[in-house]
Amino acid sequence: MKKSNLVIGLLVLVAVIAAVMSFEPSETKKRVAVSGKVKVGFVYVGPVADAGWTYEHDRGRLAVEAEYGDKVETVFIESVDEGPDAERVIAQMAQDGANAVFTTSFGYMNPTIKVAKQFPDVKFEHATGYKRADNVATYSSRFYEGRHVLGLVAGKMTKSNTIGYIASFPIPEVVRGINAAYLAAKSVNPDVKFKVIWVSTWFDPGKEADAAKALIDQGADILMQHTDSAAPMKIAEERGIYAFGQASDQAAYGPNAQLTAIIDDWAPYYVRRVDDLMNGSWSSTDTWGGFDTGMVALAPYGKAVPDDVKAIAEEARKAITEGRLHAFTGPVNKQDGSPWLKPGETADDGTLLGMNFYVEGIEGSLP
Amino acid sequence: MIFVEARSEIHWYHEWIAVFVALSLTVVTASVLLAAIGLEPFSSLQRVFIRPLNSVYGVSELIAKATPLITIGVALALGFRAGVWNIGAEGQLVMGGLCGGAVALAFWGIDGFWVMPLVLLGGSLGGLLWGAIPAFLKVRFNTNEILVSLMLTYVAILLLSVMVHGPLRDPDGFNFPESRLLHEAATLPKLFSVGRGHIGFIFAIFFALIGTWIVKRWHLGFEMRVTGLSLKASKFAGYSRGRTVWMTLLIGGAVSGFAGVVEVTGNIGQLVPNISPSYGFTAIIVAFLARLHPIAVIPAGLLVALSYLAGEAAQLTLRIPAASTQVFQGLLLFFLLGTSLLVNFRVRFGRAV
Repeated sequence: MKKSNLVIGLLVLVAVIAAVMSFEPSETKKRVAVSGKVKVGFVYVGPVADAGWTYEHDRGRLAVEAEYGDKVETVFIESVDEGPDAERVIAQMAQDGANAVFTTSFGYMNPTIKVAKQFPDVKFEHATGYKRADNVATYSSRFYEGRHVLGLVAGKMTKSNTIGYIASFPIPEVVRGINAAYLAAKSVNPDVKFKVIWVSTWFDPGKEADAAKALIDQGADILMQHTDSAAPMKIAEERGIYAFGQASDQAAYGPNAQLTAIIDDWAPYYVRRVDDLMNGSWSSTDTWGGFDTGMVALAPYGKAVPDDVKAIAEEARKAITEGRLHAFTGPVNKQDGSPWLKPGETADDGTLLGMNFYVEGIEGSLP
Repeated sequence: MIFVEARSEIHWYHEWIAVFVALSLTVVTASVLLAAIGLEPFSSLQRVFIRPLNSVYGVSELIAKATPLITIGVALALGFRAGVWNIGAEGQLVMGGLCGGAVALAFWGIDGFWVMPLVLLGGSLGGLLWGAIPAFLKVRFNTNEILVSLMLTYVAILLLSVMVHGPLRDPDGFNFPESRLLHEAATLPKLFSVGRGHIGFIFAIFFALIGTWIVKRWHLGFEMRVTGLSLKASKFAGYSRGRTVWMTLLIGGAVSGFAGVVEVTGNIGQLVPNISPSYGFTAIIVAFLARLHPIAVIPAGLLVALSYLAGEAAQLTLRIPAASTQVFQGLLLFFLLGTSLLVNFRVRFGRAV
């Protein structure tokens, strides 16, 4: 059997199909050129139905559509790996005529910067990164403000004094969340302990559920997570314990379990930025919004949360919104006992953005 | 009753008739599915499968995506012929990327023609080392290379993660888990002025040619094939099973490692926790699509690469979800593998003979 003939055959076949199909209907090329609309692309790290991170970004996209109607066209690509593929996807959006591209995960940082160099007329917006250029802006939210409130609720409500924390990757964003929640919980409950499991993924319902079970078996009666699926919430509901929703209101998955949830509301930011784009006032900015901008919000408190705990939580939320309270206020020591914040001192953004240490009292070490 | 019986005569053209039938069936089924969700089949398929290739940019991107698939596919085709099931090419790729990347970072900022060869060598050695572990365990303790190589993949990925979170982390990178961007001397040149197609593709073609030569002309190729077909016959011929295991896993490891370092230096330009969207696993499909023939790995690799580009084009232009790509990939594989059954067997309706 001559296999080389197989190869020749295959190549001929591909060539024939290509030739037949390259009679391109003229309609496809026109579409891009004629439209006077602003075209906005979104690159998502998970599926839009993840009920967490990507779901909220997509709600932001839909809010843009709702706000501007016919004046805007949006496109998105979901489940894009944070690896080498990201660059191609981002470039393809720009190539296809997008005027702005939002890349919504940290791992897209260098790909975004690289593509932005090739398309100087396209505006890029990268979520949670730190590299900017003339046509690349960055944006993120001060989720740690939400974590502070969650920490207060957790510290008050735990019976076993053990909070289980499902973490993704030890990047500053995640470490900051753990520290903020721990400090708040500790402030209302000196005996509280945090157990952290690192699952090395943003979205893997199976792994997240395993971590949730392991934490419960180790005595945790409240779960927090920094991963994107609703799996831990479902486990909490099944086991009859409490949990906090992540990125989105997950009460549907844990009607009894959810105490509250941090909601990442990207809609106000996306609507504003697209407006800037349309009236020509877009510029490369660095946005880090918290409760005050509406980018961080909380889901309604669950039925299990008693009124006094609600009051404490709401007071903290108001104080942070009005700038009276900072989630990182001294005295705070680092895990090794060395001083970090003096009494009354608040953390500066630079340290927070590069945070790579646990605060004193958290057990275990960063991976 | 339906019977499946072996064909007594198999002609060379049977195989590519099978491929033609498979591709036609895929196009027809896909058209039906597209029509069912209200899209016009012909222009939809044209937009998704042909438009991505209508420019130098598109071809360049296709080549970038196909490069690791072809490189690894060739090495796996050789191994699978010998009946050595190296499922862990992904891990060997990651180790190659890690070791090669580490060499590049060690010489960061130093220019010199010798940097790039050294980086490529480092990557190949990393992969070779990772392939040597299942080889040693198999030859010495008769362990199952499928399990060992597969499990080592996860070890490799975690090792890469540890390194980019720790020692290889960019000192100016706010503790984010990424290395520095590699400097010019440790970056592979691009093939075109646009897109990301790089010189690694030339290496991939070169590997496919060498692989073909090994299979056809070299005694080692024959030895591997005999071992793969019948262990008894190979023993009778005086061939050593251990030698075959060592050779295939070392070649597989080194080539996969090479693919990894080429991906890092040609495409990504830095070490990140995730350097491969499962190229090592996808290459297994590529190898089987090519019927384990090294030269046929080239079109098979390009075809699979195209199916990924098409998936993104489908999301952008047709607004259909990412999962639909997997449906189309599944259809293609199903038909290609299904029709291959009909090459070697024929279906007969009637009564038992």
